[in-house]
Amino acid sequence: MHIPDGFLDAKTAGATAAFSLVGLGLSLRHASRYLPARKIPLIGLAAAFVFVAQMLNFPVASGTSGHLLGATLAAVMLGPSAAIIVMSTVLIVQALLFADGGILSLGANVFNMAIVGPMAGYGSYRLMRVVFRGEYGRLVAVGVASWFSTVVAAIFCAGELAWSGTVPWNSAFPAMAGVHMATGLGEATITMLVIASIARARPELLNDSNPAASLRERSTGFVLVALLVIGLLLLVAPHASNLPDGLEKVASSLGFEHRALTNPNVSAPLEAYKLPGTASTSAATIVAGLIGAIAVLALSMVLARVLVPRNRAVPPQQREGTV
Amino acid sequence: MRHDFLDRYSRLKSPVHRLHTAVKLATAICVIVAMVAVPFSSAWFFVVAAGLLLIVSALSAIPWSFIFKRLLLLEPLALGIAVMALFQPNGTMIFLSIVTKSTLCLFTVILLSNTTPFGELLGVLSRIGVPRILITILALMYRYLFVLIDEGERLARARMSRTFSANRVRRWQALASLIGQLFVRSTERAERIYAAMTARGWK
Repeated sequence: MHIPDGFLDAKTAGATAAFSLVGLGLSLRHASRYLPARKIPLIGLAAAFVFVAQMLNFPVASGTSGHLLGATLAAVMLGPSAAIIVMSTVLIVQALLFADGGILSLGANVFNMAIVGPMAGYGSYRLMRVVFRGEYGRLVAVGVASWFSTVVAAIFCAGELAWSGTVPWNSAFPAMAGVHMATGLGEATITMLVIASIARARPELLNDSNPAASLRERSTGFVLVALLVIGLLLLVAPHASNLPDGLEKVASSLGFEHRALTNPNVSAPLEAYKLPGTASTSAATIVAGLIGAIAVLALSMVLARVLVPRNRAVPPQQREGTV
Repeated sequence: MRHDFLDRYSRLKSPVHRLHTAVKLATAICVIVAMVAVPFSSAWFFVVAAGLLLIVSALSAIPWSFIFKRLLLLEPLALGIAVMALFQPNGTMIFLSIVTKSTLCLFTVILLSNTTPFGELLGVLSRIGVPRILITILALMYRYLFVLIDEGERLARARMSRTFSANRVRRWQALASLIGQLFVRSTERAERIYAAMTARGWK
């Protein structure tokens, strides 16, 4: 998802750089005001940790391998504003030292992977925690949130490429979203396993009431969410205007008998699925995304149940009294 | 400690290495801006830029094989995104344009990062007004990156010497607990570092 130099035009690079400056600046101000001084080395070490964790490859089917991205892991472990700083630091060092991700597209990369990623991950994690409680619920929430943050960051990346005019939306969106719906599964599994192993080794690190882990200043959180919405309106919404039409198209192509009657060009039912057209691929991607989200929820629930058997699924507050 | 692969050649002695860091950073950014801004149709610009970059890398005494390998390593990431550009009218031209531009930009950054120690780059960044807290975090990250890579390798070696055969599920579990353990050790190390920093009068 690292965008190299040469892929973005001036307006996209400029706008995303401005977003990133605001987001990172606010997080830094928030950290220097509310984070205790002893947490500053932790942020540096956490950034080094994410960098190293990204270098460790997991075997995936047929000789390929994937690795952790870590945005949701950082957001859950350190809180959103610290995660934004950690991920930005990783991206800055990757760009300056390793030429991984461009210098001029650093703004876009920071926006996608260091602001949108942790915010989407943390937001969905918090929402899921309302429903899913206890140690088991934490793992379910972590799994779904890691998948969601990966996919959302990829959609923003597609929006930036399309806005620059380098890659058309109707190939960037299905490709980026599709690939990251698949890699997001790996991200969800790894993040769940890592959180489960931290919970076994040092459960106190996962305390949800950790003061560093909350956005204590409401205005910072508000501006960060506003940044996300502005980005969505600017980068994704313009392309989505033809979506209702696309959904209709898919609906009618699913009810292919009716379709075949109204459209004499479509003779065989199967051909109705292959209808060319920009909107239908986007709509199909969205349908796939919804199905994917439900599948990820189910998978996370199964994996979390394997990792936390029912007799151990006691809320951490109750357990702390006995330890 | 053999993890200098990140910026192995940044401490060589050559005319390029001796240049002031601010000059090198500004030049690299100007080159990249020009590369992105100049339309692909003026091909002479890219030929001249490639020639100049080749001259600079010859002066810098960085082995050609290293630059070539680093480019090969990073090029697939650019190609992966560029391939999507083919699916549009006039896609081949756009594809060629972004591949040329991104390769030359990659070349520029590889030259910059391997002729400039990262600490000096941070010095320039702090002089142009990057917040002090971010500089501190970047410096800490760079300092402990190599320590954590070592630590990760030690953990991986310990696991390999104890695992004789493993299926994929076991390997994922082992790798995940390795990462979890690395996180725990990082937080513990951060506490020790904080104690050492305050003992030396930080803040």
